[in-house]
Amino acid sequence: MIFCALLAGCDKNPTVIDDSPSAPAPVATAPLPEMLSGYHFQSADTQALQDDQFANPGMLWVDRGEELWTTAPQTGKPACAGCHNDAATDMAGVAAHFPKYNKSLDTVVNLEGQINHCRVEHQQSSPLVYESDDLLALSAYVGYQSNGLPIEVAIDGPAAPAFAAGQAYFYTRRGQLNLACNHCHEDNVGRMLRGDKLSQGQAGGYPAYRLEWQSIGSLHRRLRFCNVGVRAEPFAFGATQYIELELYLKWRAQGLPVETPAVRR
Amino acid sequence: MIRTINRRNWLAGAGTLATLTVQPRLLAAVSEPVQSVLKRDFPTAEIQPGRVNIELPALAENGNSVRMKISVDSPMTPTDYVSFIQIIAQANPLPDVARFDLSHANGLAEVETRIRVSAEQDIVVVAGLSDGSLWSGSAHIVVTVAACLDALY
Amino acid sequence: MLKARISVPARARQGEIMAVKTLISHPMETGFRRNSLGQAIPRDILTRFECRYNEKPVFTATLHPAVAANPFIAFHVRAQDSGKLEFIWTDQDDQVTRVTRELTVDPAA
Repeated sequence: MIFCALLAGCDKNPTVIDDSPSAPAPVATAPLPEMLSGYHFQSADTQALQDDQFANPGMLWVDRGEELWTTAPQTGKPACAGCHNDAATDMAGVAAHFPKYNKSLDTVVNLEGQINHCRVEHQQSSPLVYESDDLLALSAYVGYQSNGLPIEVAIDGPAAPAFAAGQAYFYTRRGQLNLACNHCHEDNVGRMLRGDKLSQGQAGGYPAYRLEWQSIGSLHRRLRFCNVGVRAEPFAFGATQYIELELYLKWRAQGLPVETPAVRR
Repeated sequence: MIRTINRRNWLAGAGTLATLTVQPRLLAAVSEPVQSVLKRDFPTAEIQPGRVNIELPALAENGNSVRMKISVDSPMTPTDYVSFIQIIAQANPLPDVARFDLSHANGLAEVETRIRVSAEQDIVVVAGLSDGSLWSGSAHIVVTVAACLDALY
Repeated sequence: MLKARISVPARARQGEIMAVKTLISHPMETGFRRNSLGQAIPRDILTRFECRYNEKPVFTATLHPAVAANPFIAFHVRAQDSGKLEFIWTDQDDQVTRVTRELTVDPAA
């Protein structure tokens, strides 16, 4: 980061207008006058695909997650259902509050991190590999229990530093194209970038099935894709930077419904 | 632009156009990949335009998965029904997409699926009826290019 | 084991035309793609789908690599007698995935 700042400072190229972070938006209010889910920016066909539970391919991972939910691990410890009972009632709304501060880990974790924490702590099993079909299936299944419920994350107390870091990330230029998240997802919402209509970058649909991927994928996969898009080095799946950004994005999407599993182009 | 030839259009034109030999017209109008499929699968039969209705977006957001719905005008009775529907995508690496075999047991000659479309093209559909007659329709599609490609991430 | 999702009524009136929707988890790898090392990814596709109604095939699909990943196929079947509907997918190596649904058919009103 310091190296980048130094480089930017040395750059006398007049076409580079501003390399410093844009001013962060005030914390008290959401940065956009009207909150629109990514759903709003899809074609009618893609919206219909998301809405039809028997055509939405993301539901295949939800079904697989349901199987995993009730399958006890080899360690003799209980299945997810052994502690949490019926996911349809006990897990409704849970995903809408992630990422959140986890006391025993003393850090903010996202849903994938919480699932792996449960596996290690309560099932004495190894954590699932990020972006593996099993972790995608479980997070899609738990996420699906909150489908339609409003996103609501805590950003105060022990979550405050992560939130501030995530917000700073959102407004920091990066990559060879020297773009921050807000340059696409606030300043140019609704405009076309080649064949894509720029969305507000709301994160309520993940894990989401993307036609481009021909698969379901996590929010972090989408964030890596954003980084590569501006020609920045992507972070690892589950990286602290992405969890902080995820917290900021979820706060930014406050009140929008969880759409897991959403369908995006 | 969806160049669907529906029953009404076809019937309206049928009075004056009935004498036209349709197979050479169709074959002349389509590309070599479609011709080779038609020659392979229907070497002798005559293919007439009409009866086939296609729902396909004029502009696909992503060519990996494009909704396509096909219906064929048919009463679907034990003596008069659609026996198959075949999809041909001439600009794809392989022109064959899918073939659906039906009978009067379906009650309705309508199939929906999702296909891969590699480039702008006319997607051709051939339907075969129980009397042996062959009918066809086509729909034009443009595939947009995404801003950021993500094949490896 | 592939996961399939099927929408079909459990009960219908005789003669009723039932809408059937099927979805199955499968990458439908075309054989035309390469991985990040430039190596060809081998073709891996479902080649056939069949719906049988009381043992009798009523709908068959022949699939090529141009069918999208996680194939979705929707069609119709006319309700005749109570019994079972079988949905059978076969891949290029003859591996079969089979799902069965019971159907109760009431006499026509």
